[in-house]
Amino acid sequence: MQLRTLTIGLATALVSMLSAAAVFAAADDVVIGDIDDLSGTYADVAGTGAVEAIKMAIADFGGTVLGRKISILVADHQNKPDIGASKFREWADQNGLNVLLAGSNTGVSIAMSKVAAAKKIPFIALGAGGASLTNEDCTAYSVHYVYDTTALANGTATTIVQTGGKTWFYLTADYAFGTQLQNAASKVVEANGGKTLGAVRVPLAASDFSSFLLQAQGSGAQVLGLANAGEDFSNSLKAANEFGITKKMKPAALLAFITNIHSLGLETAQGLYLTTGFYWDLNDETRAFSKRYFAKTGKEPTMDQGGYYSATLTYLKAVKAVGTTDSDKVMAELKRTKINDMFAKGGYIRADGVMVHDMYVMQVKSPQESKYPWDYYKLLKVMKGEEAFGPITGLCPLAPK
Amino acid sequence: MTEVFGVPVAVILGQLMLGLVNGSFYAILSLGLAVIFGLMGIVNFAHGAFYALGAFAALLGLQWFGINYWAALLLAPLAVGALGIVVERLFLRHLYKLDPLYGLLMTFGLALVIEGTLHQLFGASGHSYPVPAGLTGAFDLGFMILPIYRAWVIAVSVVVCFSTWFVIECTRLGATLRAATENAPLLQAFGVNVPLLVVATYGGGVALAALAGVLSAPVVLVGPLMGNSLVIVVFAVVVIGGMGSILGAIVSGLVLGVVEGFTKVIYPEASNVVVFVIMALVLIARPAGLFGRE
Repeated sequence: MQLRTLTIGLATALVSMLSAAAVFAAADDVVIGDIDDLSGTYADVAGTGAVEAIKMAIADFGGTVLGRKISILVADHQNKPDIGASKFREWADQNGLNVLLAGSNTGVSIAMSKVAAAKKIPFIALGAGGASLTNEDCTAYSVHYVYDTTALANGTATTIVQTGGKTWFYLTADYAFGTQLQNAASKVVEANGGKTLGAVRVPLAASDFSSFLLQAQGSGAQVLGLANAGEDFSNSLKAANEFGITKKMKPAALLAFITNIHSLGLETAQGLYLTTGFYWDLNDETRAFSKRYFAKTGKEPTMDQGGYYSATLTYLKAVKAVGTTDSDKVMAELKRTKINDMFAKGGYIRADGVMVHDMYVMQVKSPQESKYPWDYYKLLKVMKGEEAFGPITGLCPLAPK
Repeated sequence: MTEVFGVPVAVILGQLMLGLVNGSFYAILSLGLAVIFGLMGIVNFAHGAFYALGAFAALLGLQWFGINYWAALLLAPLAVGALGIVVERLFLRHLYKLDPLYGLLMTFGLALVIEGTLHQLFGASGHSYPVPAGLTGAFDLGFMILPIYRAWVIAVSVVVCFSTWFVIECTRLGATLRAATENAPLLQAFGVNVPLLVVATYGGGVALAALAGVLSAPVVLVGPLMGNSLVIVVFAVVVIGGMGSILGAIVSGLVLGVVEGFTKVIYPEASNVVVFVIMALVLIARPAGLFGRE
């Protein structure tokens, strides 16, 4: 009997917790949604840290806009496009969603952008890398905020090919993001007189990379292009070190986040070139934000988490400026106004949805160069937004060449 | 350079070696699963989580108490094995009379709880565990560079697998264990403490998973999801070997590691499904598995 009471009690508690998480947006609220990988391989890149960044932005904005309370909905897409898209649709239909902030995973983001077009809700991609989001897959409601595969390639691949790394072999994550990143990088490499010697497509979340790495080594290429992300990136670089491959080939981190460098340690990661849209230790403004963020999370923010803060503020400012949450009016305002905050200076959202802002080419410090915790990058070059994101391609019907 | 089917021999030898390394992990993990299933009839879905716990035990032991790798190799399996015993006493023992499905669901839920807790406490992006001082560096085998640590993994795996097989198949203790699976009430009538045997078995199987976790800590980043993708493959390995067959688990673990290694060269995109294709084929041809009793 006691056991039964306990079970019923537990079940009731669970159900009440679930409903508390799902429905805390009142009818009149301005509702910001965040759909991201909260439990999988990309969970540290944006994840709960990004939710904290949204909360900070809302608090800094004053908690209300147009006299309405600002509330947040959060869901885990588990890296499954169908889950992301159906959650987005559900919020649009039932919870009065006004804007969606989308986290990691290009595949999921492409699926969600279709929902954005159908439901006419602004969709700000913050964690996904695939440049197709503002090209083949663009919509009138899409914004690509932090970085994309084009900018990563223009930063990292250009730097390496110009310092002598002419022949490349790619280790590519076998889904939309990996192939787009590889294509972007090889285009840049070839434009600069380099050559692609081969590529191997690695299933996502492989448990061992050594076999693929030996193939890379067998190609005789000078550069090992890592067109993957998250734990896959960390584990492949770790194995490359272990097998002595980094002594013969120069590894190129086509996408690395500061959390990856933190888990690998500088001993393994030193000397890597990488491109980032934000670094916590860039200037006084970024340090001020990061100090507050660190106090809440115990970690320095990644570029995605910095981007979440900025994007939330940018959206709220636009709503305030036009005096409504009407999607079309807000989108027009977003594409009209310059973005100036701790994340971007003079950033602007182009007709195709790309948020054009400066990107930073960094090199990972050696353990000796690093003077304090999280002192990981030295700045090699500030790439102007136009150089980083390149010209409008014409692939998005909204933005003819 | 000599070639076989257009692939240089050096590459084949290299992949064979790497396949054996991965196969060693599969073998230790599937061995634990096979022991637990064979003697208890529990499909232990929490195996991957215990593997991750083993790696975390080594990592935290090093960071918090300065316990080195060699001690962790012994202590982490003991600690996680003890946890396994607690789990068996608290949860699993209520399920023996029920359909195996209940054990599967119970352990699956347990895996989610363990992985979720690790994720909450330590984040998703993983932590580095240093290669122990005596095992750094690499052998130059001519056809490839083999890190000494990976060779060590193969050696440990062979010793552990063989001794487990020996204990279960060739000793009096093993005979008693096997008798317990055949006819527990009769054995109990002879005065053998069967519940104690069962709890020791589960603890032992879980300790094997933790041992594999400690072995893998210097090779991959230690993260909550490290066992997640592995455990599914290992289940396929056990099914191919024959559920509950000790020898089947060891042999198919090593062989499938090698098969997977070659797939990574010939058609890399298929490397994460090849084991399941083989599993399907084996199930059609020999539903009890290659080494299972019909």
